[in-house]
Amino acid sequence: MTAATAPAIRAQSLVKRYGDKLAVAGIELRVEVGECFGLLGPNGAGKTTTVEMIEGLTRPDSGSIELFGVPWGSGRNRDLQERVGVQLQDTQLADKLTVEEVLRLFRSFYRQGRSVEQLLTELDLTAERKQQYQKLSGGQKQRVALGTALAGDPELLFLDEPTTGLDPRARQALWGIVQTFQKRNRSVLITTHYMEEAAILCDRIAVMDRGKIIALGTPRSLIDGLGLVQFVEFETKQALDEAALSALPVVENILRKGEGYHLRIDRSLNALRVVLAELERQQLTPIGLSTHQATLDDVFLHLTGRALKTDSAETHAGAKP
Amino acid sequence: MSHDTDPPNPLVELTRARVREFLREPGYVFWVFGFPLLMAIGLGLAFRSKAPELPRIAVTSNVGSASAGVLSASAQLRTQLLSPADAQRALARTKVDLVVDQSNPQQPLVLSFDPAHEKAMLARAVVKDVLERAAGREDRVRVEERRPREQGARYVDFLLPGLIGLNLMGSSMWGIGYNLVLARKRKLLRRYAVTPMHRSHFLLSYFFSRSMFLVMELAVIIGFGRLVFGTHVQGSLAALLITSTLGAAAFAAIGFLIGARLSSTEVAGGWMNFVQLPMWLLSGSFFSYARFPEWLQLPIRCLPLTASNDALRRIYNEAGTLGSVSFELAVLAVWTLVGFAIAVRAFRWQ
Repeated sequence: MTAATAPAIRAQSLVKRYGDKLAVAGIELRVEVGECFGLLGPNGAGKTTTVEMIEGLTRPDSGSIELFGVPWGSGRNRDLQERVGVQLQDTQLADKLTVEEVLRLFRSFYRQGRSVEQLLTELDLTAERKQQYQKLSGGQKQRVALGTALAGDPELLFLDEPTTGLDPRARQALWGIVQTFQKRNRSVLITTHYMEEAAILCDRIAVMDRGKIIALGTPRSLIDGLGLVQFVEFETKQALDEAALSALPVVENILRKGEGYHLRIDRSLNALRVVLAELERQQLTPIGLSTHQATLDDVFLHLTGRALKTDSAETHAGAKP
Repeated sequence: MSHDTDPPNPLVELTRARVREFLREPGYVFWVFGFPLLMAIGLGLAFRSKAPELPRIAVTSNVGSASAGVLSASAQLRTQLLSPADAQRALARTKVDLVVDQSNPQQPLVLSFDPAHEKAMLARAVVKDVLERAAGREDRVRVEERRPREQGARYVDFLLPGLIGLNLMGSSMWGIGYNLVLARKRKLLRRYAVTPMHRSHFLLSYFFSRSMFLVMELAVIIGFGRLVFGTHVQGSLAALLITSTLGAAAFAAIGFLIGARLSSTEVAGGWMNFVQLPMWLLSGSFFSYARFPEWLQLPIRCLPLTASNDALRRIYNEAGTLGSVSFELAVLAVWTLVGFAIAVRAFRWQ
């Protein structure tokens, strides 16, 4: 395969252990040029370890990694490093340097790249150029971090949970920058545990859990893989006859979270009517009843039986055979 | 002011970043520049060699105004005008060394003093000399006086090179070791590690920024010593600069070694103190280490701070040349080479 047609990333049989813990248990990954690829999964799924191996920061125990058809090799490969931009999870840049100074410093490491002025404009940080890094908001700091990754005008951009802890507006601002970058036929590998983020940015997604990829596809195909379903969620303080609910032909699955119930049902208006009629028959007063179409969150829940953002332990109430 | 046409130089940018981070932290600036000066002032004043005290005399109100005026005006005496009774009491309590009295202006002056008291004899001689001169006596013997300045022999002369040594140790070790550990803790080192940055540039930026501050630190301490205490560098400034640079390099190597792997600033601080404390005690920054037992002398002289202090003192106070401090320079060179060799192997970016 020639370098011109080589994928941006090709990783084969990646394995990484930390002591007894198998952090990454054999991963295959291929990201095409111009593609935005998302690694999705809960904390501890092995996303960061996978990305850092592909970035050349961590050496895999076994497996091979090629970027643009070029393997990382055993030592440092500065030519490859010229071509990639990296935003690591929770790096703190120098507190006392201004936005402009940080960007100029990182720009100086690359043979060619974006000018500091271009970066400031793209990142919408022109007004903050003289501000010290320590005085910036969380969203501004993340944009500076993204700026350091874009400084060398990379062909491939790595983003490790770029919007964790940001408010919705800051998150959308960051997405805009990534989308602009990708439009220039550049490739992106992003990790996130926000399904919404993955759905908006990514052409394809790999869902990771416990060091493995458990699903791979476009956001649409993953959601459609759940079948023609919708979801009903409600809470109740009364006793629910789960067996009776589960026995309805339109109900595919019931998950219980504390006082809340999460039902996967057939995607028809009639199915909703049948479920509501059953709740009425049981003389139940549901609190905060809502219905929604399938999302990537439901995909993960379906694949693992666990919610992506696990705050409390959920019990698997009764899947239908 | 756009720099877009010429891309920034990584070594220049890294060095500037170092310098800016330092100058924008008022705490660092105080410890590196202010603290040694405060030490110099405090210790220099506390241990300065004082001029001998002037003889104190009391002149009673009986003494004729001409004589009383001459004595009061003399810069060689500290004179008080008292009543005869108060004057005798002051003499009895040794508040004055001598009393000048006179029963009436026609009678001779009466000097009362305790001949067993050394300063009383000096007071008598000075009083008679002052009065005789005022009355027109001329010296018959030609005498020339010389008052050599005790250059390089005062405590502050001993102290200043020691303060330079301490400063080299403190700023090089903390400036490099602590800075590296902090950057690793903040995951900034691994961020650098995924860029094509030349690792030698990263190391050199520390060298250049330290060198710049070294020159400034030297200038501040030497200039201050000269202005406030009149201390001059007897040897060549070049020799002083070369010795200081080698000393700073030795401490930088130790700082680099401490900062090679640690990612906890608390642990790093502990190691810094553990390494520095023996040298604070043993290396003769404040007082000579000659009083430590004979068997300890060679080990003490092989400590980098002792080597720096000894060499700097010889150049500063005894006009020593680089040749005269070759042992010390060799000690510093060994610390530098061994320290860096181990640190480079042990260094971790994450």
